[in-house]
Amino acid sequence: MSLDKETVRKIASLARLKVPDEELETMAGELNNILGWIEQLREVDTEGIAPMTSVTVTVPALRADRVTDGGYVDLVLANAPEEVANSFVVPKVIE
Amino acid sequence: MKLTELTIAAARDGLAAGDFTGVELTEAHVVAMEASRPLNAFVTETAEKARDMAVASDARRASGNVGAMEGVPIAIKDLFCTEGVKAAACSHILDGFTPPYESTVTKNLWRAGAVMLGKTNMDEFAMGSSNMSSYDGPVTNPWRADGDDAKRVPGGSSGGSAAAVAAFAAMGATGTDTGGSIRQPGAFTGVVGMKPTYGRCSRWGVIAFASSLDQAGPLTRTVRDASIMLGAMAGHDSKDSTSVDRPVPDFEASLTGDIRGLRVGVPKEYVVDGMPGEIEALWHQGVEWLKDAGAHIVDISLPHTKYALPTYYIIAPAEASSNLARYDGVRYGLRVDGESLQEMYENTRSEGFGAEVKRRLLIGTYVLSAGYYDAYYLKAQKVRSRIAQDFHDSWETVDAVLTPTAPSAAFAQGEKMDDPIAMYLNDVFTVPASLAGLPAISVPSGLSSDGLPLGLQIIGRPFDEETMFRVAGVIEQAAAFTARPQFITGEA
Repeated sequence: MSLDKETVRKIASLARLKVPDEELETMAGELNNILGWIEQLREVDTEGIAPMTSVTVTVPALRADRVTDGGYVDLVLANAPEEVANSFVVPKVIE
Repeated sequence: MKLTELTIAAARDGLAAGDFTGVELTEAHVVAMEASRPLNAFVTETAEKARDMAVASDARRASGNVGAMEGVPIAIKDLFCTEGVKAAACSHILDGFTPPYESTVTKNLWRAGAVMLGKTNMDEFAMGSSNMSSYDGPVTNPWRADGDDAKRVPGGSSGGSAAAVAAFAAMGATGTDTGGSIRQPGAFTGVVGMKPTYGRCSRWGVIAFASSLDQAGPLTRTVRDASIMLGAMAGHDSKDSTSVDRPVPDFEASLTGDIRGLRVGVPKEYVVDGMPGEIEALWHQGVEWLKDAGAHIVDISLPHTKYALPTYYIIAPAEASSNLARYDGVRYGLRVDGESLQEMYENTRSEGFGAEVKRRLLIGTYVLSAGYYDAYYLKAQKVRSRIAQDFHDSWETVDAVLTPTAPSAAFAQGEKMDDPIAMYLNDVFTVPASLAGLPAISVPSGLSSDGLPLGLQIIGRPFDEETMFRVAGVIEQAAAFTARPQFITGEA
């Protein structure tokens, strides 16, 4: 599997990153080097092996479904680049 | 002896005996921190906060209330959220972020009486092995090679923490380790770097990189100090569902020096092409030290070792691409305006993230994308199972494993920058234990032929940090590592 410029452009868009046109080629080369090196995993026999999704073997603890935290709008908004009326402000999304 | 050269254990005794006060100890370290500026180890200095905390610590001591780290000045990696003190993971994208809350690990340390000197430099979002990817600039290793003035890297990602401890600017420092980010800088700077079992320390309030791998741990100048500091950091936290609810042992009590009859494994796969002979020689020396102390050495095989790094470079970027999706210019940190919401996201993230972070986000997004998930991500999770199983099987015949920490000594700043895979190979010996979630520690054990520190790594069973510490203590005593870096605060 080899990445071309178009695929890099698509992945970058999915990752919400801009890769300028003149850098697409270089980036594709770098990513292909890394992916080529990763290809060696195909050698490993994983037939019937369960994927490891967590290191922790214990059953996660459950708690009652009730509010345990919150009630400090000021703190939540304290680091906002722009806020108005207890809300984060973003560019207009509906016409 | 200068106050900055005491171990944490010795400072504890000196404070208890009234030889000096917490305020005096902190003042000496504030001076040292300021003198360490040429290293760029600290990105935020909190001298006033340190003085206030030291006064409060002396007051607690006067009232008979003494914690395990009472009055001990330490440095905190910039990855930890510290209430009211800037935390940016050394990334441009978190410009100006001041957390309104405290991470559990640092909260535990303050409750144990520790004093915060400041925040330390690191690779951006903990992605790196040289500290070269920091938005705040590189850190200079206090060590130089004999006859070579080139500035060396301190390793990474906890490079600032390691350099601060090595240069005697802090008695200890927190680090975080995802694939070796505590142990490798420990080895490169001649200090002890320890990563506990996954789940031993809470990840709450630690800026996330790869959540199934990230663990906090201490960097200190002795194994005993690491055992004291880990005891103060660890513990169950209901705010982190992966933190494990089991008692925190008295780690320091495990340092008996007695490893007679203990079985220590030596895995034949821990050799890589181009590794200097002196690292293999040091490893053999470590084996001899353990034999002399009465341990049984067992040759073992961890057959999937060579697949650990490529597995890691699927899993960690995949998790990172998800974790770092939150940096969108809306709620905190940098915002770069755009015509549309999508453009604002892209402008912010493209300007805010550095080259290595972007590279990993692209890899992570790709391996999780439709059509490639099974071939890459699922495959990597299965290989991860096999790597963990290798260790699991070995615990039937051994109680701990001894390996080198890194395949080289500290390299010069700027080296390996144009070859990501060469940089990734730094972590070849540390990543397997990370994938398996095991406790592991790097102990400074010798010098390279050109005078740079080298470390040996001891890996333990899950939640058996005690055996790991016990073996580490024996290595430390046998190695008698007393070499000092060229840059020591106050002596430059």
